[in-house]
Amino acid sequence: MANKVLMKGNEAIAEAAIRAGCRHYFGYPITPQTEVAAYMAKRMPKVGGTFLQAESEVAAINMVYGVASTGRRVMTSSSSPGISLKQEGISYIAGSDLPCLVVNVQRGGPGLGGIQPSQSDYFQATKGGGHGDYHLIVLAPSSVQEMADMTTLAFELADKYRMPAMLLADGTIGQMMEPVELAEPEEVVFTEKDWAVTGTKMQRKHHIVNSLYLNPEVLEQKNMERFARYAEIEKEEARYESFLMEDAEYCVVAFGIAARVSKNAVVAARKEGIKVGLIRPITLWPFPKEVMAKAADRVKGFVSVELSMGQMIEDVKLSIECRRPVLLCNRTGGMIMSPDEVLNSIRALCGGEAK
Amino acid sequence: MIVFEKPKSLTDKEFHYCPGCPHGIIHRLVAEAIDTLGIEGITIGVAPVGCAVMAYDYFTCDMVEAAHGRAPAMATGIKRSLPENIVFTYQGDGDLASIGMAETVHAATRNENITVIFVNNAIYGMTGGQMAPTSLPGQITQTSPYGRDVKTAGYPVKVAELLSSLDGPEFIARVAVNNVKNVRNAKKVIQKAFENQIQNKGFSLVEVISACPTNWGMTPVNALKWVEDNMIPYYPLGIYKDKSAQKEAENK
Repeated sequence: MANKVLMKGNEAIAEAAIRAGCRHYFGYPITPQTEVAAYMAKRMPKVGGTFLQAESEVAAINMVYGVASTGRRVMTSSSSPGISLKQEGISYIAGSDLPCLVVNVQRGGPGLGGIQPSQSDYFQATKGGGHGDYHLIVLAPSSVQEMADMTTLAFELADKYRMPAMLLADGTIGQMMEPVELAEPEEVVFTEKDWAVTGTKMQRKHHIVNSLYLNPEVLEQKNMERFARYAEIEKEEARYESFLMEDAEYCVVAFGIAARVSKNAVVAARKEGIKVGLIRPITLWPFPKEVMAKAADRVKGFVSVELSMGQMIEDVKLSIECRRPVLLCNRTGGMIMSPDEVLNSIRALCGGEAK
Repeated sequence: MIVFEKPKSLTDKEFHYCPGCPHGIIHRLVAEAIDTLGIEGITIGVAPVGCAVMAYDYFTCDMVEAAHGRAPAMATGIKRSLPENIVFTYQGDGDLASIGMAETVHAATRNENITVIFVNNAIYGMTGGQMAPTSLPGQITQTSPYGRDVKTAGYPVKVAELLSSLDGPEFIARVAVNNVKNVRNAKKVIQKAFENQIQNKGFSLVEVISACPTNWGMTPVNALKWVEDNMIPYYPLGIYKDKSAQKEAENK
């Protein structure tokens, strides 16, 4: 196994992508994710890959669309305002059933917002984001190690289900340094896909990569087929971490950096004798609904902890069919809650509001 | 003996284009170039959004359908992934010179090794005849019903002139398909734009002055006359940039 190295979260994504066999990166500078591009600019030429600084996020995602059409691993990264610009391309890529990786190192919004960490692109990431009926596989790392591991996983899931995957990180995890153990590099083997455009070599009928279906019956059918695949993903791929949930009477739900803050609060609450646990969704789409529903059978209430005005809380409520109260503990605009703020919400939950 | 037949790299699918529309001629010229150069098996085409949106059904090579204006970016991705393949885009004036201007200029300035066929008919055809970035001053369209007023709508974009001011691109030319002489010349120039890519010379764009009888409200014959009388004087034909030829001339 490789040794542990100290890396920034953004750099871990880049190195993990290269080790996962990604040889094409297209980006555009934006804080707080520019380290991904800088790392790629250094490394890609050394491994015979492509680093290209596009003229815009719009161009970058369409370059991704081009490489994805050829059936090869490809990625782009950006932060919130840039991800908004990429939505058109992501919709086309989803509509053409192509795999790729999009990394969003989120910052505060809306508009130009700020450059401090945020989770306020949750709706955009998990509900589609661009126009039309589609989903992305959305992974939410909460450490530098997971930035690396989930980059690899994202490529694998994207390939497996032929759809775009998103790594939904935030400015904190992107910028902070932690020890990380990287996977051994994968050999880049190019396998001919029966849908990719690579040239017919005069040996087969032409392949067409396309998201246009002027016949509404055909388009409806395409969307139905895609959603049948999504149903399978919801069944098979929901991932989460469960922390002190065995005997829990209360449940904190948090992902990414908010989950790390929440863990401290859960430990502190346990010291006060409050039986509280944490469920950390690792996949935000598919959302781990089942574990939430099961928790609702036992616990008296939930706290959704997020760096937004309350977006994931809707999925928590839907998952438990509103059978229990769900409090919101949140900061927004680039602010992060302290463990004490989460602890206060846990106290409030068990001190009456949960009854 | 067959003296004239359909190019091999066109499918049997019937074109959806309006009667008198030169897209059929331009498709044919592209296909003839592909046939002549024997590159059908390695070529990947990028269709635009606009009248040629369904070009992917007409060419026998592998095809993709880009978002509006993004064909040069998508072609960049394909070419970077498969540098041994031949990649071309086929775009109209709204697609290339309006919404896709940034992608066009930057693909050109990077000297991206792709071939761009740019069909300029001075109007948005597919959406029913709105003013294009290349509509002429005074031209009446659905969204310039009193004629293009340069005071409010600005001037047409001269793509060949604009791009040839860049250091990057290898080859920029403007041709027309309004008469036999011009069609024959267009064929040569389009083929050269593909040859340049085969020789790894870089970005080659051919602007093809075309017509839109339907949305111009003219008979096909009158539309071609309008090209001759109005379009070509505003958009002079010729080779605007040929870096290799220029270098050769300098070395002599």
